[in-house]
This record gives sequence, C-alpha cells and structure tokens, in this order.
Amino acid sequence: MSNALDLTKVKPYGDTMNDGMVQFSFTLPVPHGDEGKEAARQLLIKMGIEEPQVVDAKDLGVGYTMFTLYGKCTHTVDYTSIHVPKVESDVMDKYGVEDFINENIKRDIVIVGACTGTDAHTVGIDAIMNMKGFAGHYGLERYKGIEAVNLGSQVPNEEFLAKAVELNADAIVVSQVVTQKDVHVKNLTNLIELIEAEGLRDKMVVICGGPRISHELAKELGFDAGFGPETYAEDVASFVVNEIVDKDRV
Amino acid sequence: MKSKLNLDFSVVDQARNSAKNIAEDIQQFIDKHTTVAVERTVVRLLGIDGIDDIERPLPNVVVDHIKEIGGLAEGASFWIGNAMIETGKTPQEIAEAVSAGELDLSKVKQSSLTEVQAVINEVAVKTVETIKGKKEERDNYLETLGEGPRPYLYVIVATGNIYEDILQAQAAARQGADIIAVIRTTGQSLLDYVPFGPTTEGFGGTYATQENFRLMRTALDEVGKEVGKYIRLCNYCSGLCMPEIAAMGAVERLDVMLNDALYGILFRDINMQRTLVDQFFSRIINGFAGIIINTGEDNYLTTADAVEEAHTVLASQFINEQFALLAGLPEEQMGLGHAFEMNPNIEDGFLLELAQAQMAKEIFPDAPLKYMPPTKYKTGDIFKGHIQDALFNMVAITTGQSLQLLGMLTEAIHTPLLQDRALSIENAKYIFNNMRHFGDEIEYKQDGVIQQRAQKVLKEAADMLVQIEGEGLIPTIEQGKFAGVKRAMDGGKGLDGVTLKGEVYFNPFIPLMLGGAK
Repeated sequence: MSNALDLTKVKPYGDTMNDGMVQFSFTLPVPHGDEGKEAARQLLIKMGIEEPQVVDAKDLGVGYTMFTLYGKCTHTVDYTSIHVPKVESDVMDKYGVEDFINENIKRDIVIVGACTGTDAHTVGIDAIMNMKGFAGHYGLERYKGIEAVNLGSQVPNEEFLAKAVELNADAIVVSQVVTQKDVHVKNLTNLIELIEAEGLRDKMVVICGGPRISHELAKELGFDAGFGPETYAEDVASFVVNEIVDKDRV
Repeated sequence: MKSKLNLDFSVVDQARNSAKNIAEDIQQFIDKHTTVAVERTVVRLLGIDGIDDIERPLPNVVVDHIKEIGGLAEGASFWIGNAMIETGKTPQEIAEAVSAGELDLSKVKQSSLTEVQAVINEVAVKTVETIKGKKEERDNYLETLGEGPRPYLYVIVATGNIYEDILQAQAAARQGADIIAVIRTTGQSLLDYVPFGPTTEGFGGTYATQENFRLMRTALDEVGKEVGKYIRLCNYCSGLCMPEIAAMGAVERLDVMLNDALYGILFRDINMQRTLVDQFFSRIINGFAGIIINTGEDNYLTTADAVEEAHTVLASQFINEQFALLAGLPEEQMGLGHAFEMNPNIEDGFLLELAQAQMAKEIFPDAPLKYMPPTKYKTGDIFKGHIQDALFNMVAITTGQSLQLLGMLTEAIHTPLLQDRALSIENAKYIFNNMRHFGDEIEYKQDGVIQQRAQKVLKEAADMLVQIEGEGLIPTIEQGKFAGVKRAMDGGKGLDGVTLKGEVYFNPFIPLMLGGAK
C-alpha cells in the first residue's frame, strides 16, 4: 500500500492515506448470533472489502439483526476522468439577479412554482418561492423584477400548466419530495409530455428540484435544469434569467 | 401546580375565553350544516359497508343517490329510515337495492318523522353499544396488560403494504414502541371516498381502510400480549373523509387519530366550511370512543419560522381545545400538537424549545400533548440528525410530554427503515431512562431566558386570540395568519359536499354520543 495520494486511484481515507477504511451499517433478515455476524462479514468480502470486522450486532425483534462493521475497500476510482453534468450558470446573489433583469430583460418575469402530483411536501418549493426563503436566503417573492407565484402542494400537472399559461410564465419550477417507488420520475415525465403536447416546450424555462433530484436526472427527463439539496432561490433565479437571455425570450 | 415559568394564569384564562368565543361563533355555522362525508358516516354507522361491482363504496353510492334526488338536506337517516319502514329491509339491503338501481329512495311512501326516528334509533343504539364495547375492550387491556410510561414512544410505519407494515410494527413494539402510527398514502386526504379491503400498494404510506385497521389491530394485540403492554394504534381521520375514518377507527379500536380541520384547510387546501362541519362529527365519535386526537399545529412551524411564529401554535391549540370541548371530547383525549423545529444553529435555541414545551405542558396540564421531532432542519446528515433527536428527547422528558413522535436520523431521506426506527427507539429509551426525573429536580431562573420566552409567547398568543375574536376565525385564515398560508371561505376542495340542514334533518348519533359514554 503506497502512502502517496494518486488521483487516478482514489480510495477511502480513515486515518492513513489509502487505508480504504469504510463504515457500514445494514440489517440482515437473519437472527442475532454468530452465524449472522459471519453472514455480514462474508457479505463485505463479496463487496470487495478486506478485513471486515463486525463491531456491533443488534437484535431488531423480528428475527432480523442490524450490524455495524468496518473494513478496507480494495477498489479505487480514477478521479481525474470524472465528468459530472452541472447547471452551467454563474450564480448571482439577489441584487445581482435584480440588476441583471433590469439591464438585460427590462420587464418583470413570471415564475410559477408548485409541488405537483400527490406530493404534499411543500418544504422545498416554499424555500425557493416564499418571501422568507430558507436559511437566510430570501425566496423569489422578495426579488424585485420577479413575480413569483407558489401554487402549493398536490397540484395536478394539468392545473399547473394551465395556471402557467394563464400567468404567461417565463419559467415553471416543480418540486418533488416524495420519491418512494420512483413516483417522482413518473410525475415529472408526465409533466414534460404535457408541456410538449401543448407546444410550450420552447416558450418557458422548465425546472425541477428536490432532495433526490440531480441535474443529470432532470436533463435526462427533458427539463432545462434540476436542483438538488443545498440549492437556494438565487441558484434558480440566476439560471432562469440567464436562460431567458440566452434563448432570446426577452 | 406551581408554574416553573412564572406564567400569568389570568392571561391564560383570557386567551381561553377568547378561544371559546371564536369556537362558539364557528359552531353556529357548523350546527346549521351537514356534508356528504357526515352523511356517509351516518350510513356506515347504520351498518352499510362494502363496494359495488366497479369498486365504489356503498356509502358513497347511497349518499350520491340521496344527493341526486335532492335529499341531502334531510340527511341519510331520514331516507334510510323511511325505506326501512316501507320495505322491511336492513340498511345494508337498502344500500344494495339502491346500488342495483332497484330502489329510488325518493319514490318510497313517506312515513311520519317520529316513526322514522324510532326505527333509525333502534339501529343506532346497537352501533353505539358496539363502540362502547370497543372502549371497554381497550380499558380492559390497559388494566390487565398495562402500558408503557409517558412519554409514549410513538413511531410510524409507512411501507404502502399493510402486511409489511405489520412486520415493521411488531418489530417496533418488541424494540419498545408504545404507539404505532400507520402513515397514509400521499393523496388519500383528497379522496372523497374510503378505499375498501386490505391494500398492498401506496406511496409514502398505506391506505387507511377498515380492513387494514382490523389487520393491524389484531397484530398489535398479539404483540402486546407478548411484550406485556398495550400497544396503541394510530391513524388519520383527516381530509375529505374525516368523520368516516373516525367511525372506522371507533369500530376497529384505534387509540389515537389525527384530526384537525385547520391542518386540512392550510396544508391540504380542503374547503374550510366542509372540514369544520366534518371535524365536529369526527370529534364526537373520537370523544365517545375514547380515542386521543392529535392536532396538527406542529406543522405550522414547517412553513413558518419556529421562533417568530411560536405564538400561532399556542393560539391554535387554544382554539382546538375549545372545538374539542364543544364536541364532548375531554382534555385527557386532546393530543394538541407542538414541535421542536427551531434552526439548530440558533444560540440558546435549546432554551427556547425547553421554554415552549414547558409552557404547553403548564397551560394544558391534562392533555396528552403530541410533541413532534425536528424535520425542517434535517439535512441528510444522519449523524447530526441523531443528535438533534437526542436534544428533542431531552426536552420532552424534562417537561413531561405525553406522545413523543420519535425523530428519525434519516428524516429527509426516506420513510424509516427497520433499523432507523430501532435506533430512534434506543435513543429515546436511553434518554428517558437516564433523565427520568430530571425535570422534577430543576427550576428555572426568575426572569431568565426560559421564563421570559414562555411569557412572551403566551402574551403574543393571547393578543392574537383577541384579534381573531374580533375579526372571526375565517377572515384570520383568509389573511394567512396561520402558517403563512392563505385560504378562502369558498376555496379549496370539497365545498360542493356542504349543504344547509333541512327542517326534518336528524343525526341520531350526535345525541347518543355527545358527552362521552355516560
């Protein structure tokens, strides 16, 4: 084991370069006991983990056991060859966005947001849209030059689009928090299909966001951008105003 | 009880009085109206159940028929009772005949109101006896098996599949849980019917159906006997079918049910007229059946700021308390909601949370308060999340909370895995045991941060209630004073199911159940 960092062969770091140390916790549907521990250990070996150690095993009460283990990863990745698609826009702060609208768009823009389908969790859309924003980042409602309309939760895709058309939206923002059984993917796909069927795809910026959404997934589904965790109103606003200018929709 | 917070109880009395006037004002509206959901509940309590060949629940078939013949204002009891006299059939047989298109309730010969009331009352009394029997069953279990100490450890299961839920619920009970809540599938609150039979598919939760209630009740009784304590079952009587689900819960011996019109108005955009009328009947049923209700004030703090808007939670608790009293629901069954939702980066935030939790306990001493864990500032950092939950548990044991909805380290990631729940239970058990009498040993500094915080929140809530009393509850909601959400009197879902009661309207269950099992 070399102690030097080689970015073409990166592996986990515990307390020594290239020690490969990984922490695991999972449950096996087997009773608590020595056989269970051995099963957990063997599973790690199959995962490419050397020297697996079971440090804790807990009986979960239905003949299942939760394990905590440590072990050393044998695999490496080439960090130098990684390419992750990202939203390509320079993020401006609130005042930057307001100035940008003033100088380059010269009118108020309309952004309509909603938490669509059966999803009732408005935490995400509220953080982006509402006056107050989140963690000290004001929401779009507070931006001069942006008319932000938050339709709230459980909005059917059809209703969402109808409202966007009625308000002449420059951009629509859809939040999806519930992701069990990939319900968000189905719902987002359905929205894009509706937008395309209505011939609206080139008329507005279409964005989605949520804890399990990546830009890559969003692009794959046909959205202009996707925003994951730790995204604030200024990220969304910067992208929208740049798109409006870049695509000549001023 | 001596207030540790040096609260001015004349302010509490004043706030309570304002809330009473607010609730009584709304009650006048409630008393004049009925809804399709209330009538479907009556129909269910008269013994109508099952589905037709396209899976429409018979209670919907019957009440839709009554609506079509323009008879909703008279109430389902009137039409069913009348048909019972004329045809000699049971309510279920009448429902089947209506469903088959063989019976038009408007074409049945009209008997006198007194006769109709007599025949209906006979059926209603039997149902009420059944529900009373379920309450006695619970009391009996509590006496023979006993229960865990408060705060009760309250965990959720939410797999979508009732059989998988049962496995998870039994595991949780063996790990130490006292209350199992089966989360409903997302969207059920907006269905204007209750699905039928056992279900194995759902998103973010499992359908509330009577059969699912029964299956889970049986499973919890079984595991309760094994672990030697009664395990309570919780579900949701909220949304468009609020009273129907309350009735199912009463019959299947649920112990805790979420029930809050304000929550539905604000967070599910359910029409306020509809859900306030529905809530009244739901709470009568919950009250009679010995079911603890949970109200949803804690949710305000997921959209509004937990420091700035704390008084709205307290104001809403006062209003919910009065609505509950009007429906005959005793304080011992009022699981008023509050939450530990402040930004964890606030300096001395723990002191503010402690102050508010202690305040709620002192103002509602006999209510089994429902204390909700941090959710808004959970990030996916499971390690920090586990510590946030530990602080929440410390506040709960120190201030004597009752229903402790355990936080999950994986909040904001997924519905709880088996192991997540086990870790949460272990966290709570450790802290509750290790700090069991901590609260009895400490007092708060005179005019310190904690006392001042509680006094401030109480004062703001009392002021808000005076204002609502002047303006009315409905305009207050229309202005967005709760949770920062605005809702209109005629907006939202379900308004078309509301109607003024006619002259002959009667609901036999209200007089039979109001005021508890006296």
